[in-house]
Amino acid sequence: MINDIIGYFQKSGSDYLSLLWGHISISLLSLLIAMAIAIPLGIMVYRSKIASVIAERGFGLLRIVPSLAVLIILIPIMGTGVLPSVTALTILAIPAILINTIQAFRNLSPAMLEAADGMGMSKTQSFFRVKLPLAFPLMFAGIRTAAIEIIASATLASYIGAGGLGDLIFTGLSLMRTSLLIIGGGSVAILSLLTGLILDLIYKRITRYQRA
Amino acid sequence: MTAVEFKHINKQFKNSAYPALNDVSVNIEEGEFVTILGSSGCGKTTMIKMINRLYEPDSGDILLFGKNIRDENPVELRRKIGYVIQQVGLFPHMTVADNIATIPKILKWDKLKIKEETDRMLRLVQLDPDEFRSRYPAQLSGDQQQRVGLARALIANPRIMLLDEPFGAIDAINREILQNELKSIHEKSKCTYLFVTHDIREALKLGTKVIIMNEGRILQYAAPDEIVKDPADDFVANLLKTADLKGGA
Repeated sequence: MINDIIGYFQKSGSDYLSLLWGHISISLLSLLIAMAIAIPLGIMVYRSKIASVIAERGFGLLRIVPSLAVLIILIPIMGTGVLPSVTALTILAIPAILINTIQAFRNLSPAMLEAADGMGMSKTQSFFRVKLPLAFPLMFAGIRTAAIEIIASATLASYIGAGGLGDLIFTGLSLMRTSLLIIGGGSVAILSLLTGLILDLIYKRITRYQRA
Repeated sequence: MTAVEFKHINKQFKNSAYPALNDVSVNIEEGEFVTILGSSGCGKTTMIKMINRLYEPDSGDILLFGKNIRDENPVELRRKIGYVIQQVGLFPHMTVADNIATIPKILKWDKLKIKEETDRMLRLVQLDPDEFRSRYPAQLSGDQQQRVGLARALIANPRIMLLDEPFGAIDAINREILQNELKSIHEKSKCTYLFVTHDIREALKLGTKVIIMNEGRILQYAAPDEIVKDPADDFVANLLKTADLKGGA
């Protein structure tokens, strides 16, 4: 088994790297699109209780549909490949970021906002100098959750031909080659853990000011 | 010169049974240290928050150095007024130096000038610039935080300072020290201070004039010794008596 694994890396090392890169790039693209949708949406709706609930529930419902089902539903509309995969992963990632963005802005201390107003900050200044930085840690926690979900779920994307580490697993399944299953599954697990670890370190760094 | 003039100010909050301010008129002369004393809900905080237009009166006018504040842009107005609030006023994600430089940065002062003035302010409030400049508020004790709050309010050289129970959450010993320092900072400037408190002894000690409020009205506006000698009514007299019970004013 160990020899099989070593043999794979010796023979197909560059294939492996391109699968790994494919996995990372699909995940990263989905995460960035999800952030670009969820963060502005959260900021637009947080002031209104009703709008917040509608936005959260709407994307929450979409998320309940299993990613595999979303992928297959998207095939007739978008065909196969990267586009439907990124769409499905984006839908999966939006709720975590959206909910945390809404909560982050709702939880801002009124005293802090009054201090910003009282010092003579304009609305824009108060947003960029006080609200956004203070909301950021909680938003970041949502991004971290979303990133890890995306990396795990991106494995399924290869099912509709988007590539990534899932290819190893599906190939391993059809050829009954356990070594490929282990390499594919293990790589996804390591990638998730590593991402979680790096984002945790970044989180610690951006919240340094909270510790005495 | 009159620094602040309240002309028949009325204010009623929506969810309140009685008015927060009820036909309040008062003239505050430039350079005074006016303490505003009253129990919570008497309208004292409402009064100072109207000066920087965080609240707007229902009727009446407020003149600041002769100019009606209604005619000024609230954001511009606030940059000229020092504002110190209770406890949590510092921005936790900014260092001490960045907190103090809040207004100078908005006003786009020269970087070197910001640095010099920030250090000067730190020394003014008895904090060593080298030690405290790059700390975060979470790394300061309560009285150090309020010193930074003072420095932040004083840096742009305001003609008027609004202080909303700034020492409310500070232990007795440090409170005493801060009171003395604030008094001496005031004496060295020509700035007009409005200082809200519910502590009678603090009001009498710090104020060159004291406003005593109850239920949205000003009961008495006079120098501390006049108030002690000649209380305007039973309410004020009773208030002084309770202070005596606590160990003398």
